[in-house]
Amino acid sequence: MILDNKVPEGPLELKWTKYKSKVPLVSPANKRKLEIIVVGTGLAGASAASSLAEMGYRVKCFCFQDSPRRAHSIAAQGGINAAKNYQNDGDSVYRLFYDTIKGGDYRSREANVYRLAEVSASIIDQCVAQGVPFAREYGGTLDNRSFGGVQVSRTFYARGQTGQQLLLGAYSALSRQISKGNVKMYNRHEMVEIVKIDGKARGVIVRNLLTGEFNRHFGHAVVLATGGYGNVYYLSTNAMGSNVTAAWKAYKSGAAFSNPCFTQIHPTCIPVSGEYQSKLTLMSESLRNDGRIWVPKKKGDNRPPSQIPEEERDYYLERRYPAFGNLVPRDVASRAAKERCDEGYGVGKTGLAVYLDFEDAINRLGKDIVSARYGNLFAMYDKITGDDPYSTPMRIFPAVHYTMGGLWVDYDLMTTVPGLYAIGECNFSDHGANRLGASALMQGLADGYFVLPYTIGKYLSEDIRTNPISTNHDSFTKAENNAKERNKMLLLNHGKRSVESFHRDLGRIVWDYCGMSRNEPNLIAAIDRIKELRNEFWKDVKVLGDDKTYNPELDKAGRVADFFELGELMMRDALERNESCGGHFREEFQTGEGEALRDDKKFTFASTWEFKGVDEPPVLHKEDLGFETVKPTQRSYK
Amino acid sequence: MGDLQLTLKVWRQRSSSDKGKFETYDVSGLNSHMSFLEMMDVLNEQLVGKDIEPIAFDHDCREGICGMCSMVINGRAHGPLKGTTTCQLHMRHFKNEDTITIEPWRAKAFPVVKDLVVDRSSFDRIIQSGGYVSVNTGSAPDGNAIPIPKEVAEEAFDAAACIGCGACVATCKNASASLFVSAKVSQLALLPQGQPERKERVNKMVSKMDEEGFGHCTNTGACQAECPKEISIEYIRKMNLDYNLSNLKG
Amino acid sequence: MNNYLTSTIFRKVLASLSGLFLVTFLVGHLVGNLQLFIPGVQGQTQFNKYALFMTTNPVVQALSIITYSAILLHIFITLFLVIQSRRARPVGYAVSNGNDSSGWSSRNMAILGTVLLFFLVIHLKSFWYKMHFGEMPYQYLSDGTKIKDLYQVTTSAFQNPFYTFFYVFCMGALSLHLKHGVESAIQTVGLRIPSYEKLFKYAAIAVAFSIPAIFASIPVYLYFTNI
Repeated sequence: MILDNKVPEGPLELKWTKYKSKVPLVSPANKRKLEIIVVGTGLAGASAASSLAEMGYRVKCFCFQDSPRRAHSIAAQGGINAAKNYQNDGDSVYRLFYDTIKGGDYRSREANVYRLAEVSASIIDQCVAQGVPFAREYGGTLDNRSFGGVQVSRTFYARGQTGQQLLLGAYSALSRQISKGNVKMYNRHEMVEIVKIDGKARGVIVRNLLTGEFNRHFGHAVVLATGGYGNVYYLSTNAMGSNVTAAWKAYKSGAAFSNPCFTQIHPTCIPVSGEYQSKLTLMSESLRNDGRIWVPKKKGDNRPPSQIPEEERDYYLERRYPAFGNLVPRDVASRAAKERCDEGYGVGKTGLAVYLDFEDAINRLGKDIVSARYGNLFAMYDKITGDDPYSTPMRIFPAVHYTMGGLWVDYDLMTTVPGLYAIGECNFSDHGANRLGASALMQGLADGYFVLPYTIGKYLSEDIRTNPISTNHDSFTKAENNAKERNKMLLLNHGKRSVESFHRDLGRIVWDYCGMSRNEPNLIAAIDRIKELRNEFWKDVKVLGDDKTYNPELDKAGRVADFFELGELMMRDALERNESCGGHFREEFQTGEGEALRDDKKFTFASTWEFKGVDEPPVLHKEDLGFETVKPTQRSYK
Repeated sequence: MGDLQLTLKVWRQRSSSDKGKFETYDVSGLNSHMSFLEMMDVLNEQLVGKDIEPIAFDHDCREGICGMCSMVINGRAHGPLKGTTTCQLHMRHFKNEDTITIEPWRAKAFPVVKDLVVDRSSFDRIIQSGGYVSVNTGSAPDGNAIPIPKEVAEEAFDAAACIGCGACVATCKNASASLFVSAKVSQLALLPQGQPERKERVNKMVSKMDEEGFGHCTNTGACQAECPKEISIEYIRKMNLDYNLSNLKG
Repeated sequence: MNNYLTSTIFRKVLASLSGLFLVTFLVGHLVGNLQLFIPGVQGQTQFNKYALFMTTNPVVQALSIITYSAILLHIFITLFLVIQSRRARPVGYAVSNGNDSSGWSSRNMAILGTVLLFFLVIHLKSFWYKMHFGEMPYQYLSDGTKIKDLYQVTTSAFQNPFYTFFYVFCMGALSLHLKHGVESAIQTVGLRIPSYEKLFKYAAIAVAFSIPAIFASIPVYLYFTNI
């Protein structure tokens, strides 16, 4: 496998402009003959499907939910970055590019990130035109806020529901194309196989989740926009249905997978309250602006927080990082909380939580101001936990939130399989080892609205002579049989354990060994443990119901099966990367003060894995990230 | 806290063509910190243990924004709590040994797919009929080219907050979709971007709503009381006015 | 335009406008009825002359045709809408808890309307039919002319406690019907703008309470003054 990132020649700031002016076009008449499959309807998928359809391609679009509007992009709270410089505070494309590269701890590809920053401004224009109700100033212009510790205000937002509003915008564009007949939409369909013919992606096998039927769909190109794989941890802020299956089938069909161990753990989530917990809920990062994080100084101190006097409290972030205090970046805050809990200072029934206290803020600012700033978040916390944050400190704990790793793509967003594209969270390209706040929405929409519609033309312009291939082709039959076989095995297994219980066990292994901190012996042990559990799964899983009606258990079993294989790859990837960077913290590689220690000499590359078989070790390829514009430096928050 | 034990009467229906009936299950080992859907997970795991097929129900984000969860709990869409989706409802609002009846959304336009899962694609088709601004990618003017007063943007947002869950239809005694349709109509009618297609949009969306077999609005206000995003029936008034004026003016 | 005339919203507007028109009819009717409070021969004469005027004046005749049409329109259009909403939910809920989210009267307009229809039939039969087609007693005026004595028919009807009770009961139903109907009609035609929301709400309550209450006070008065 050769990793050719196809980054155009020339100066960084001219690469995309030159690319666009030189990229071959497809004539309108030919576009009508070309079919594109888009899997997923989140920000990336919906924006891509609608834009491609507007351009004249024939698009088929698939989602596993009951409506394209449900995709998990909808849950993003904070906002979307764009280098508009509306606040006249010195923002620019370069600054957004630089912040993203630095925030990603120098493990992303410069050319892609620069392009992302470049197109960011157009995203805002597009969304405003669609009727997205962004927050406004009294004068009627768009409002911005600062987010994630950057020095400029470049984040556009719609209350705490920016993701919802942007997704509904993309969904409306998609709906318009559906009504015009340019997009054929398939709800409650899950992609279960990629079909390759002569080395190129030529279609997919999907399963109709309501009837259990398998359907074959041909496409001149296939676009995956299937999101991240955070649910490999069982507990995450992802939606219950979020899964890796489509990306994983692509990997198994020859698309390389990069940096799987780069996962983002968000420090302020509502902690786990018991064994039954099904998912975690994020509390906006903004809470750290006024809340103080602490644990008791005495181990196992189980007095109620109000009875622990000031001098017996350990404000550990303020103690360790006097310069940034409670506002250190996500990865640092998360690790510090874990460190305290591991040492036995955690609070709450499970001991896996720390206090986020607003008492000082209320005394200093008054309850009214605190309520105006955080009232809705306090109400949400109260709704979930039954505790009132005005009178007792919140309990928080880090939770898996986003996965930076994903399918390797080149500058065109094409995977190593010709004709197979990956956009949005399911690719690896833009966030390196750590994603900045409000950048996920930006990337999803950049890829879907403004990048893929150009780059896909380059491939398709050479494919205009390919007539639609019959879905009776052997490759379709073979792929469908694979999928059918897998389902049959799950249904006829008649084991003893529920899918859920396997998923929970897998999640615990991945969380314990490949969570906030990792080390070599654990990672090696985890590979074996996951293998064991995977074997047990195939031997002992119990899936009731049939494959003729809607059967969520069966759907989930298929997804969990893929998580096992992914979990193993994550361990390998984490093991291979002998450095600490961004969300990846290897205990062996830290400074004397316990901070992450990057090794730029040896690890300035994207670890890119090639599948060789379920029981064969994958092969590592390295895409050198050779920084030309930015010089990597060490981050410090002391 | 403490252990919680419940009796659940749950609607079971194998497929859309099946007749369906209530089944009664006892669930134990619950506690008051669980969400309602986690309680359903526990029940499902207990059912799997007894070789009974688990109950199918729709859910995804479990943080009250995707709009996928949909249960009528003791006669109320999304249960007893105001402004709350089923996934955000917690068991501390129920008492030990309560009997809870759980039913799917009931409406002709939302046929039952299986157990508690219904087909809400009629909502998608209503949006497809005109719930958008026709703007192609790349043809948008600068975001600040058209100033929008803050109050207008806020009001449009209030309407845009709809999560498309269908609780309004499930609650309405007439199974009317007026709140859902009016929220989208009003969001776009309030904003300058929505003006060019304003008449056409309201006409198409209202026609589609009727065609899909939803009932009519009798202004009981139940939809606004049960809407998890507390969307106001003021938007229904706006939609009615818009619709009438756009037709009377010709 | 085609779709408009068959749309549910247009039908709702017809139901609203016909309903609001009928409220104005009620006011007119009520003003006429108030004459029953005038005691003795003076009241009898005035009421009977009024009844004669109402059954012969061409303008009133024209208005009454509009009123009958409005009643029929209101009945048929709402009946149609009720059928439509029944069809919109072929399978109902096992448990319903409507009071938690809406008022009783708002959910039972059809039942209230049916009670009122029943009342209307009885009411028309007792007075309107009798006046037009039935056998009527006569009042002989001082100038020697005779006119139909609707006053006597009315007062004697309300000496029956059951009939009086029925009348008062139906005014209760009317009150509930108006309570939701007036506000709902204003909302449907699009006039219930938020800044006047309170005004409309109280106006509706005032209308819903006062009209039926005054209507009901007349038979009660007649019943007790003639025991």
